[in-house]
Amino acid sequence: MLNYVLSRLLTFVPTFIGVTLISFAFIRVLPGDPIIVMAGERGLTDERYAELSEQFGFDRPIYVQFWEYLTGVLQGDFGNSFVTKKPVWDEFFALFPATLELSICAMIFAVLLGLPAGVIAAVNRGKFFDRALMSTALVGYSMPIFWWALLLIIVFSGMLQWTPVSGRIDLIYYFPDPTGFMLIDAIASGQKGALGSAVRHLVLPTIVLGTIPLAVIARQTRSAMLEVLGEDYIRTARAKGLTAGRINGIHALRNALIPVITVIGLSVGTLLAGAILTETIFSWPGIGKWMVDSIFRRDYPVVQGGLLLIAVMVMIVNLTVDMLYGVINPKIRKR
Amino acid sequence: MTDAISSPQTEARPGRLREFWFYFRENRGAVIGLWIFAAFAFLALFGPWIAPHDATTQYRDATLQPPFWQEGGSWEYILGTDPLGRDMLSRLIVGARFSFFVGIVVVSIAATGGIIVGLIAGFSPKWVDTIIMRIMDIVLAFPSLLLALVLVAILGPSLTNAMIAIAIVLQPHYVRLTRASVLSEKQKDYVTSAKVAGAGLWRLMFVTVLPNCLAPIIVQAALSFSTAILDAAALGFLGMGAQPPTPEWGTMLAEAREFILRAWWVVTFPGLAILVTVLAINLMGDGLRDALDPKLKRS
Repeated sequence: MLNYVLSRLLTFVPTFIGVTLISFAFIRVLPGDPIIVMAGERGLTDERYAELSEQFGFDRPIYVQFWEYLTGVLQGDFGNSFVTKKPVWDEFFALFPATLELSICAMIFAVLLGLPAGVIAAVNRGKFFDRALMSTALVGYSMPIFWWALLLIIVFSGMLQWTPVSGRIDLIYYFPDPTGFMLIDAIASGQKGALGSAVRHLVLPTIVLGTIPLAVIARQTRSAMLEVLGEDYIRTARAKGLTAGRINGIHALRNALIPVITVIGLSVGTLLAGAILTETIFSWPGIGKWMVDSIFRRDYPVVQGGLLLIAVMVMIVNLTVDMLYGVINPKIRKR
Repeated sequence: MTDAISSPQTEARPGRLREFWFYFRENRGAVIGLWIFAAFAFLALFGPWIAPHDATTQYRDATLQPPFWQEGGSWEYILGTDPLGRDMLSRLIVGARFSFFVGIVVVSIAATGGIIVGLIAGFSPKWVDTIIMRIMDIVLAFPSLLLALVLVAILGPSLTNAMIAIAIVLQPHYVRLTRASVLSEKQKDYVTSAKVAGAGLWRLMFVTVLPNCLAPIIVQAALSFSTAILDAAALGFLGMGAQPPTPEWGTMLAEAREFILRAWWVVTFPGLAILVTVLAINLMGDGLRDALDPKLKRS
């Protein structure tokens, strides 16, 4: 096991350096002079140019620059935003809870609906339920989620007026946010109606962000269940006279979960990509919207730092999934 | 010698195609998907000649007209008009070619590049293989849409740059897939016998091994066709893909966003077009997988 963990950790290092290299290269491959792009000023004098060049370190050899960038990154120094002048690191972690809260809710939504849907479909293989569920899953899988979000807004915010269109909570509520998770902070504030407001703001983004993972989990659960249901030990369990519920729910599902957990872990990247669209549409103040806004504002340090932080986050999650997989499935360790 | 090997192969080909069609036909969804895709391809090729109006002409006295079945709608503009008075139906029909084009170009670039790199990785010494796969891991560490978005920010927003960005993002999947099939095919006896018979490296790579790796790659191509359309539409929606007045479906959605609560049709139809197209391609992809790759067979 230790060998497995160490070998996984070893592959992490070169990938991390590569990811850093890409985000380092980002500012240098932008069209035009990086100093003018980064300074965002017109009509630079030669002195100012030299000063900026020194400040950003562009006068030194490229490998020295990369080394400094890399050591800075390892100490949490991602530079400062052009717009707010605040460190990218601080901004990222101020906004991250919003994205995390949304992603967790979306994942819970996807798992709670996707697992039972997949199991029901597998157990009723080829019958009406299976077809109906799997057709729905395929529609969900093919869904352009930015359009899905607009449709939900038309129906639930426009016609029915049930949910608000944007933000995390109504403006009449104001309370400190020690955790950054609106649901927890709303409860902690003790204000009447705050939690309800937060929940109403959260419902549509959760559905939108959870739709594709939901479809993927349902499809994956079904195929994993079908595979497991064909195994000998399931036949043995049937022969022993166990109830269908016990066979499907405990014996089969537990083994079918292994590939499903991998899929859940690997959808973190999908979630973050989906968060870009979802947060933009619902004006959700998380890192997805922050990245899109920064790209439009040409706030390059933020784009650079955010890109790197998000990639590292995805890598850490994937690594954790890999390790968990090794724990659950001993066969993987001996490769 | 070569004749002896290749002639039974050429005889076997039509049989294999027929067998493929036999299995593909079994899957009703896949056949429906194929028909929709054929209609989509037809619109992509002949759209401007079929569309009742010009896609960019602005009929200023008919802005935001609803579809014909609603009050205020007319048969002149069957699916209504957008805020600038352009005919929705015509824009949708002409828009098909952009999505189709995106799919074709992205899949061709990503698949060609990915297959070649994957073959090289599969056939080269271990250290080259490791380097290639690490680079692919690095690309895969970024969420695809985010990386595409940043690449477009670097290259400048346009449909061409969006296609390049999406192709780069999709490429690693082909590399991994090709390499994995190459590694498992390389073990087999027919490759050894070709080697013994004196086949060179190029022949071994492209003539002996590659054709036997194609099944999963074809399935992947179908699936990434739909991913490409979705991603290009998403980039268009974020203002980083095709630029107005191009009637690209994602861009149309972005333009229509502010009218969402006033004119449902300007928002609904472009998205529906994307969904139906992507769904058809995914249905087809599922059918392809079932027909081509019995190992991956799901139902």
